[in-house]
Amino acid sequence: MKTNQSYTIPLIVLAIGLVCCFFANISLGSVAIPFSDVFSSLVGGEVTKPSWEFIIQEYRLPKALMAMITGSGLAIAGLLMQTLFRNPLAGPFVLGISSGASLGVALFILGGTALGISSTLSFGKWGLILAAATGSFLVFLMVLGVASRVRDTMALLIIGLMVGSLTSAVVSVLSYFSKAEELQQYIFWSFGSLGDVSWQSIQILLYCFMAGLILTVASIKPLNALLLGDTYAKTLGVKHTKSRIIIIIATSILAGSITAFAGPIAFIGLAVPHLIRQVISTSNHRILIPAVLLGGAILMLICDTIAQVPLSEYTLPINAVTALVGAPVVIWLLVRKKKLLF
Amino acid sequence: MDHQTTHTILTLENLSIGYTSKKGNAVIASDIDIELSKGQLVGLIGINGAGKSTLLRTLSGLQNPLSGNCILDQSPIHTMAPELVSRKLSVVLTGQAISKNLSVLELVSLGRQPYTNWLGTLTETDIQTITDVLTATDTSHLKEKKCYELSDGQLQRVLIARAMAQDTASMILDEPMTHLDLHHKASILKLLTKIAHEQQKLVLFSTHDIELAIAHCDQLIVLQNGKATINTPKQLIQDGVFDTLFPSDNVTFDSKSGRFLIS
Repeated sequence: MKTNQSYTIPLIVLAIGLVCCFFANISLGSVAIPFSDVFSSLVGGEVTKPSWEFIIQEYRLPKALMAMITGSGLAIAGLLMQTLFRNPLAGPFVLGISSGASLGVALFILGGTALGISSTLSFGKWGLILAAATGSFLVFLMVLGVASRVRDTMALLIIGLMVGSLTSAVVSVLSYFSKAEELQQYIFWSFGSLGDVSWQSIQILLYCFMAGLILTVASIKPLNALLLGDTYAKTLGVKHTKSRIIIIIATSILAGSITAFAGPIAFIGLAVPHLIRQVISTSNHRILIPAVLLGGAILMLICDTIAQVPLSEYTLPINAVTALVGAPVVIWLLVRKKKLLF
Repeated sequence: MDHQTTHTILTLENLSIGYTSKKGNAVIASDIDIELSKGQLVGLIGINGAGKSTLLRTLSGLQNPLSGNCILDQSPIHTMAPELVSRKLSVVLTGQAISKNLSVLELVSLGRQPYTNWLGTLTETDIQTITDVLTATDTSHLKEKKCYELSDGQLQRVLIARAMAQDTASMILDEPMTHLDLHHKASILKLLTKIAHEQQKLVLFSTHDIELAIAHCDQLIVLQNGKATINTPKQLIQDGVFDTLFPSDNVTFDSKSGRFLIS
C-alpha cells in the first residue's frame, strides 16, 4: 500500500527513542557512572573503575535487556489479544496466563507450609521460575482445549476471566494458612522484578520471545482480517480455528515466559498498543507490530529507569511504576483526543 | 434476462437449511431448488424469521446445509477450502464489529487478501483494482478517512467496495439497505444494479424493502412457510405470492401499483 511509506518516519523516531532510552537506562542508577565509561564498557573498551565495569556488564546491561524483552513481549501479547477479542480492554493476561503463573508460584511458596518444607530454600529462584512457567502452561493448555471447542470468541474471554477469579480465590485460601515471611515472599514476586537475572535466563527468555514473535509475524494477514470481525475474516479465506489457535499460542509463549522470569507485570500489555495507535494512526498489523515492539521496549525502559530512582539507594516495585507512569499517560491521551481509536 | 441457463453460477440442489443441535435438526426451509446466473440482480425477501439470513449464511459457506447441496461453480461450497471460496464469492454483512479505526483505503485493501502473499503485500494489480472499485462506488474522495468518520450510507458503499475488491463472480449482501434513508437506499440499489448488469456478476441481497425489490430486481426469491420460490417480480405478482406474504390482514398488496397498503 502506498500509505506504508508515510509510517517509516514514526518507526525511525521510535527506534532512535529506543536507543536513547537504552543508554539512559544503563547510565542512570544508584551509582553514578559517567556516560563515556558506560559507552566504552558497552562497546568493549576501557573503563575507569573495574567495579563500574562489573555493575554495567553483570547488572545494568542484563536488566536493560530484560526490560526490553519484557516490554516488547507483553505489548505484542496485548496487541494480539485486543485484535483477537476485538476488545480495547483486553491485555496479555486475559486468557488467565498470569493467574496460572500466580497460582503456580503461590502453590510453590505458600504450599510449602502444608508439606512442612521451605520450598524456596530448597529450590531457589529457578524453582520460582519453573513454578510460574508450569502454572501458566497448564492454564494455557486448558484455554487451548476450550478454544477448539467453544466457537464464540467472547465466551473464551469470559472463561479467561473466570479462571483468573478461581486462581485468585485459591491464592487467598493459601495465603490465609501460610506464614508471614512466605506471604511476603509471594508479594515480592507479585511486585515483578527485572533485575537479578543471569545471562542464561535472558538467553532462555530470548528464545521464547523469538518463537512468539515468529508466530505473530506469520499471523499478520489473519490479524488484519480479524479487524473486520470473525465472520468477515472467514469470508476472506482465513482458516478461523487454526489462526485463532496460533494467535493464542503466540500470546501464551510471550506472556507465560515473561511472567515466569519477571513476575506478573501489569499495564504494559494493555497500554502500549493504545499509545502506539494514538501516535501512529493505523490498524494495519504490518505497521503496528514493529511499532508496538519498539514502544513496549521504550516504555519498559523508562519505567525501569524511574523504578531504580537514579542516584538513590531505593528501588521501587516495577509493577507499581508501570501503572503509575502509564495509566495517566493513557488517560491524558484519551481525554485529549476524546476517542479510543481501536 | 435470457442467458439464465447459460451462465449458471450458484445452484441450490434439494437444499435444507437450519440448525443442528443435540435434540435434532431445526429445519427452517427445505426442498430449495434454485439456479442463479451471472449478470442478475436477485432479491431475497421474506418476513422476519423466515430464514433469509440462514439461507445467505448457507450460500456463503458460513454454515453447513442440513441436507442437499449449495454448488458454487461446480463444487459444493461447504467442502471447498475457505481461500478458494473467497475468490469466487464475496459477502457484505450488517452489524459486524469492524474496527472503525481502519481507513477506507485499508478496509477496501483487505478485500484483496485472497490474492496477496503471506504478508498481505499489495501488487500493482491489487492497487489498480482498489482504485477501480473506489471509483465505481464513488468513494475515492473518502479513501483517507477513518471508518468512524463516515455516515451509514458512506460506510455501506465502502463495505460494498471492499467486497468488489475481492473480484468475485458472485456477491451476497445481507440487508444492505437497512437503516438508510430513501435517497441512500436508491443509491445502493443503483450501485448493485450496476455491478450485476455492467460487470456481469451475480448480486444476491436480502431486503425488507419489498416494493423497491419488486421494481428493480431481475428475479426475486421469496422465502415463505419453509419453502423458497424464485421468479421474476412480474410473474410473482401474477401468481399472487405477495398477497399471502404477510400472515395477517394488516397489510394487503395492490398488484396494479406493486405496493403494499396498510388496511
